[in-house]
Amino acid sequence: MTNLGSPLKLKLLESIGMDSQEKIKMIESVREGNTLTLRLSGDWSLKESKPEFNTIVDTFPQDKAITGIKFDVAQLVTWESGLMTFLLKVIDYGKERGLEIYVDSLPDNIQRLLRLSQEVPEKEDVGKRSAEHALLPRIGKWGISNYDGFVDFTRFIGEVFLSILKLLSGRYHMRWGDFFVIVQETGAKALPIVSLIALLIGLIVAFLGSVTLARFGAEIYVSYLVAYGILREMGAIMTGVIVAGRTGAAFAAQIGTMKVTEEIDALKTMGISPVDFIVLPRMLALIIMMPLLVLYADLIGIIGGLLVTTLLLDFSVHQFLEGMNEAVALPDFYIGLVKGTIFGILVAISGCLRGMQCGNSADAVGLAATSAVVTGITLIIFANAVIDWIAAIHGF
Amino acid sequence: MMNTISQPKIEVRGMDLAYGSFVVMRDLKFTVKQSEIMIIMGGSGCGKSTLLKHLIGLIDPVRGDILYDGVSFVKADLDKKQDTLRTFGVLYQAGALWSSMTLEENVALPLEEYTKLSPGEIREIVSFKLSLVGLKGFEAFYPSEISGGMRKRAGLARAMALDPEILFFDEPSAGLDPISSRRLDDLILQLRDSLGSTVVVVTHELASIFAIGDNSIFLDAESRTMTAMGNPNELFKDPPNENVRYFLSRGEKAN
Repeated sequence: MTNLGSPLKLKLLESIGMDSQEKIKMIESVREGNTLTLRLSGDWSLKESKPEFNTIVDTFPQDKAITGIKFDVAQLVTWESGLMTFLLKVIDYGKERGLEIYVDSLPDNIQRLLRLSQEVPEKEDVGKRSAEHALLPRIGKWGISNYDGFVDFTRFIGEVFLSILKLLSGRYHMRWGDFFVIVQETGAKALPIVSLIALLIGLIVAFLGSVTLARFGAEIYVSYLVAYGILREMGAIMTGVIVAGRTGAAFAAQIGTMKVTEEIDALKTMGISPVDFIVLPRMLALIIMMPLLVLYADLIGIIGGLLVTTLLLDFSVHQFLEGMNEAVALPDFYIGLVKGTIFGILVAISGCLRGMQCGNSADAVGLAATSAVVTGITLIIFANAVIDWIAAIHGF
Repeated sequence: MMNTISQPKIEVRGMDLAYGSFVVMRDLKFTVKQSEIMIIMGGSGCGKSTLLKHLIGLIDPVRGDILYDGVSFVKADLDKKQDTLRTFGVLYQAGALWSSMTLEENVALPLEEYTKLSPGEIREIVSFKLSLVGLKGFEAFYPSEISGGMRKRAGLARAMALDPEILFFDEPSAGLDPISSRRLDDLILQLRDSLGSTVVVVTHELASIFAIGDNSIFLDAESRTMTAMGNPNELFKDPPNENVRYFLSRGEKAN
């Protein structure tokens, strides 16, 4: 620290490196007696990147004799917020080291902006930041939010049950007009997509079966695979997944938006329970429509399988139906329908619950819809496994 | 004085407001007389809307009580609460009309739920209420098809559907041009004068505050409690503290 008198410009060049020579031109620090003058020049608009503050600071002389920092802006061409943030950093730096910052050496408008930005002191007790990154509070928050989620879930289920009881005991009168609109929306309007997916699934199952079974010369069992696979598993699962993506997301988004626009609050303050008014018709609609959709998907899926076996494997329709008849019995079909009904309840619950839990922003509505679909599909797959397991135990 | 007259319509006793564990306001005490227009004022984010949500039962207070006609609302059981709620009309900030229903269906819903009127009678009442707010002829419109100001007025028609004893307004002039806002103020005054409803208005619109307020309370964000109560014009003339004067004079510095 002996060579403090040496030209600082040279030191700047050394410390930053030649490649950023362009940037260096923007600041020169010159020592005049006990004050350091920062000579700012060039284009300080937002388009240009600025020299890194720390590399500039490193070149300031570490001299106790320096008592203040001045600015020289005669060479400054344009400036925007980039300059302001730089100046604020210099001011902070000065404050830390007890240096006098001669703000009055800056143009009037810059001084005004600086004053404006410092007018209202930073609020200390806003309560964000700091503690949020520590591990323990994060675990705590995670635990609390999961617990709250669980409480929400059980309360919701309870409310739905109460609401069903109210409907059955005649204390609540369903608005059937609204109900049929939802039935149409969730049922009839889902037919095209259900047709397409079910047909493709039928084709895929049959094709898969024909390829693998051909190795054992057992193509005749393709109809077995199609009937068993579609009726027991794929018909219900695929319909469930489609409805979760289509209707579950729609429920969550509708209810979430109603929350954001205070429509739910408006219902509550009118003494109308949102569960009665919004959740119940949607749930009933799905309970009724899901088995019907599954029935339809079964039919289309089997037609898909039939197409592959008759066109690709040269079996007759009669042979296919014969094989089917041997393979499956009525309980297999019922299991599919029961699954469909349960999936419908699960989709309605996840869609409506996520909607009711929705926060107060557009972002939250999107999250609610996404999470309704994810929850719905997860529950469907899980429930499917449980039902299969129970069916296996009881020998169906 | 007769007891029925001296008994306040709304009485708030030592109430604390909180969002979760965050206490917004402490120790609120005020009364609203029958047919009075009470203004709840204060700067943005001070808890005005939160107080309104407490008054209409959307949030329960962490401490204290609210009495309607001398009967506790906070401690009431669910059925009693629902009965009290039915005597309220609430106009939400953006109207909060049910977007899947037409204006007619919106206004008709409370009537269908709580009266035994025939569909024909309901239609007549609905069109009368819509005519009161200047929306006659818009029965078949959906909320998304009309302007923000119209939505607010339709929301008011719905709030008035059951001839409520108390009307609550959440920032009625927010987002309205000065003329629409003035018209809404006039409407509030006329409704009070003709129907005798008690009115509670949450607002920070000074013009409205002075035009319609019989009484007011000032919620102070700094001290987290109410620091003034009285007629807004009198509070303006003789402010009890610096923040009230600052607020009512639109931030003018003291001389």
